[in-house]
Amino acid sequence: MSLKIRRFLIFAVIVSSIVFTAFINVNSKNNSSSAQKSEATASKSAPVEKFKPGEMIMEHILDSHEWHITQFGDYPVIVPLPVILYDQGKFVCFMSSKFEHGHASYLGYKIEEAAGPNNGKIVKVLPDGKTTDATASLPVDFSITKTVCAMFVSLIILCWIFLSVAKAYRRRPNQAPKGLQSLMEPIILFVRDDIAIPSIGEERYARFMPFLLSIFFFILTNNLMGVIPIFPGGANVTGNIAVTMTLAVFTFIITTFSTDKNYWRHLVDMPGVPIWLKLPVPLMPFVEIFGVFIKPVVLMIRLFANITGGHIVILGFVCLIFIFGEKNVWLTSVVGPFSFAFMLFVYLLELLVAFLQAYVFTLLSALYFGMAKVGDHH
Amino acid sequence: MGLITPNPGLLFWTVLAFSSVMWILWKFAYRPILSALKEREDFIAHALNAADEARAQMSQLQSENEKLLAVAREERDQILRQAREMRDTVIEEARKKATEEANRIVENARMLIQNERKAAVSEVKEQIGRLSIEIAEKVLQEELKDKEKQNSMIDKQLENIRFN
Repeated sequence: MSLKIRRFLIFAVIVSSIVFTAFINVNSKNNSSSAQKSEATASKSAPVEKFKPGEMIMEHILDSHEWHITQFGDYPVIVPLPVILYDQGKFVCFMSSKFEHGHASYLGYKIEEAAGPNNGKIVKVLPDGKTTDATASLPVDFSITKTVCAMFVSLIILCWIFLSVAKAYRRRPNQAPKGLQSLMEPIILFVRDDIAIPSIGEERYARFMPFLLSIFFFILTNNLMGVIPIFPGGANVTGNIAVTMTLAVFTFIITTFSTDKNYWRHLVDMPGVPIWLKLPVPLMPFVEIFGVFIKPVVLMIRLFANITGGHIVILGFVCLIFIFGEKNVWLTSVVGPFSFAFMLFVYLLELLVAFLQAYVFTLLSALYFGMAKVGDHH
Repeated sequence: MGLITPNPGLLFWTVLAFSSVMWILWKFAYRPILSALKEREDFIAHALNAADEARAQMSQLQSENEKLLAVAREERDQILRQAREMRDTVIEEARKKATEEANRIVENARMLIQNERKAAVSEVKEQIGRLSIEIAEKVLQEELKDKEKQNSMIDKQLENIRFN
């Protein structure tokens, strides 16, 4: 048995070495040819386009106005997405393909290419189409970006799953779950019995269930979609600070609106704490009130950092292959398999993190809801 | 498109998407699912309760049956015992009566036999007496045909009487 596994491992290492070497060969040829072409067309200064891992990673993590799926040689496969701008009281809509992948301006707008705070954002340009109007305010960007699009896809999947499960429950009452229903039921019960009821309590949990289920499955679906590398997965939805911020703000608002008067009293006057912590210098009240706002901020940052971090690590291992490949094609046949193995490991870790972060966000939200109603028992 | 600067447009779409999906799922999925789950849990709990109750009833019934059976057996034993006793007494009584009857019959028979024998003896005695008288008569007739003999006889008798 162990001999078989060892043989298989050796075989896998050899095959992957060959594949990596071949792949890098092709890729470096493509790179040089595309570099030559771009030199010819756009007369760039660099003779060979060097692989920049930082840029490549950021491109995968950040939001964008088009969905870059893959590249066949010089021909990128890109899904253009609608750009919606709100500028000086009116909406402007067009497809992002009008920007020609960020190289052209359209209707007086372009995607900023220069480094700086506006990099990647849509800015106004002067009528000549080249120089950027630095004085003009930025248009508000309501575009259906890659993140929004990926979010919609996961929401459609989510709706489809839940509506079919709900139908199954309606059609077969009081019977054992079947198919998709039996996949979802333990998770729903997990959210109910292990998150909502212990943190909020038997009598109040029911009104928070829709939010807790939504947030759990929203995060979980988006996390899992983010780990899938092919279209329409691979977008970094839950690793986007705007998305996690929205979810955290939802939690914050719901927490604030489900408080009782004891909650507010405890903020200012925490019982069971020595008086000198409150009176001359209001240390405890300050910490408590600060805590109210720090909680959602921590929720926001935790999810964002975990998912983005995971993506960065995976992409880092991918980049390692190309970095070594650029130095020496044969070196990568040694590094490649190891890098691949580590990437596989991080991928599995990411699957775990996808569940874990959905669980943590939901659990903490539930705990905050539970803490919002203090009651008189102190 | 900064890493840590939230884009207002994205905020807007996230709010819209999340709240709409929450609303849709709340209306059409969570409510039926959660109520169905609750219903099923209640159903199962109810069924388990009912089964427990039925089991308890069953065991109670069984013990009652056993009790009933024991009582019936006891009664049967008693009846049998009584019957045996009664039989014994009846037989005893009958035997006693029969013995008495037999004794009485034997006694009667004995008395009858006694009487008969007495009667027979007396009759035989009578007969013998009569016969002997007849015989004596005949003998005397024969003996005392002539006068002489009669005289002698009388003499003799007289002599005998004298001696006596």
